[in-house]
Amino acid sequence: MSFNPELLLGRAVTNIPPSGIRKFFDIAAEMDDVISLGVGEPDFVTPWHIRDEGVYSLEKGHTHYTSNKGLMELREEISKYLKRRFNLSYDAATQSIVTVGGSEAIDIFLRTVIEPGDEVLIPEPSFVCYKPITQLTGGKAVPLLTRAEDNFKLTADVLKAAITPKTKVLVLPYPNNPTGAIMTRSDLEKIAEVLRDTNILVLSDEIYSELTYGMKHVSIAELDGMYERTVLVSGFSKAYAMTGWRLGYACGHPSLITQMTKIHQYAIMSAPTTAQYAAIEALRNGDNDIEVMREEYDNRRKIIVKGFNDMGLDCFEPQGAFYAFPSIKSTGLSSNDFCEKLLYDMKVAVIPGNAFGDCGEGHIRCSYAYSLNSINEALNRIESFIKKIQ
Amino acid sequence: MSEIKNAEKLVKILHSNCRLSLEQIATMADMSIAEAGAAIDQLEKDGVIVGYGAIVNWNKVPERKTVSAYIELKVTPQRHNGFNRLAERIYQYPQVKCLNLMSGSYDFGITVEGDNIKDISLFVSEHLAPMEAVLSTSTHFVLKTYKEGGVVFETENEDDREVMSL
Repeated sequence: MSFNPELLLGRAVTNIPPSGIRKFFDIAAEMDDVISLGVGEPDFVTPWHIRDEGVYSLEKGHTHYTSNKGLMELREEISKYLKRRFNLSYDAATQSIVTVGGSEAIDIFLRTVIEPGDEVLIPEPSFVCYKPITQLTGGKAVPLLTRAEDNFKLTADVLKAAITPKTKVLVLPYPNNPTGAIMTRSDLEKIAEVLRDTNILVLSDEIYSELTYGMKHVSIAELDGMYERTVLVSGFSKAYAMTGWRLGYACGHPSLITQMTKIHQYAIMSAPTTAQYAAIEALRNGDNDIEVMREEYDNRRKIIVKGFNDMGLDCFEPQGAFYAFPSIKSTGLSSNDFCEKLLYDMKVAVIPGNAFGDCGEGHIRCSYAYSLNSINEALNRIESFIKKIQ
Repeated sequence: MSEIKNAEKLVKILHSNCRLSLEQIATMADMSIAEAGAAIDQLEKDGVIVGYGAIVNWNKVPERKTVSAYIELKVTPQRHNGFNRLAERIYQYPQVKCLNLMSGSYDFGITVEGDNIKDISLFVSEHLAPMEAVLSTSTHFVLKTYKEGGVVFETENEDDREVMSL
């Protein structure tokens, strides 16, 4: 009998379905002249002064591990930054850990707190990682459906209805990928009101916190009674266009951070050293970079939202991140069919909304982290496509 | 300028790309098309917007055989008029593409263009240097332009973002 490793795979992993998005990219990769609005990362290159600091750290020979939690200098800058931008206070030594992207922070937090059977409440549509990570820990992912009528915000009623004695964590992924929804202070107050008398922890994924339009981001950690129960996850990828550097962080109660550090030290050791030095520069001198990029995204956001509405695809006004999430229900097509036909007929790649949870059905996610020329060309092609199928 | 609605926003948009349609400019500035059009007209009338043009990488236009130079000019300021009277005399020449009054070791920084090196040399020796107030000139010919108006000319422009799950 030949040895077959396939028979030995863990079911927790094999039960995770493959990403629904890859399929479209694989098709798109085979075609010429495809205009893509599919990629969920900034089109900007990391600002030069930040890259230069990374290069300089290499010249200086900073090529070793850092301490497990990350360079103290960086953690101090993170504390100053969170105070300066979002009025949050974290002790650099005990309340923060530098991770490999925000993704690792999400992973180690969920692994730290979830026990088999625990329920994790996940607003949908949302970023795709929360559910599989929850399942790997033996927890149960409970979707909280958000609706276009509510501007894709999480409402207190939906939250209340989902809470059971097994509820351990609420994920709060705002500003939201893929909808672009945000939660204002008053939206968050209503959520906080529901949480106050519970033992529920909050995983606040604030990776897009610098990309809001028209109003400043508010963290739920700032509200009464929420600070101790909230772990804030953020990073450098979106604010400073540093996706490839793979650097994020988590801040929260010392007892949580201490336990999360255990997983981090065994799985990762420490986040990339070069990236940590570059990130110090980003936090010290990068506020203006954020502003320049945010303004550019905002211009594109207005163009793309108007474009979709003008062609009859109802598009809720996203107030954060860099995605538009128009409804394609008027076409009578499912999200998958729409995206596949659009790709084959017009060579435009967008992502079906149901890739982010079942309630994303009837929508498509279009990133505006693309040049205005690409956005205009994509809008023209989508409009032709709509006319053709009507 | 402050009296014109969204003046700074409109100027920034046009400065980064003046080929956008008026509809797109209006959308970006949260204005109606009529409002944006009127505001831009006013910015032109007020001399805030003084012209429109493309940023051209002339290296890629083989028919064009133009040479440019940067000239440092030291002068004696004139009574009552300071540097302005002299500047007026200098910028009248069509060869002068850009003229700045500078701080530091020289007074005027001038960018000039001509058909060839001789052309520019003649301009300097016959027009600039003989001016009464001019004390000295120092001419630097441009060998290659890498970046102009904030735009890098020869760069790997392609989108190298790879496929991620999201």
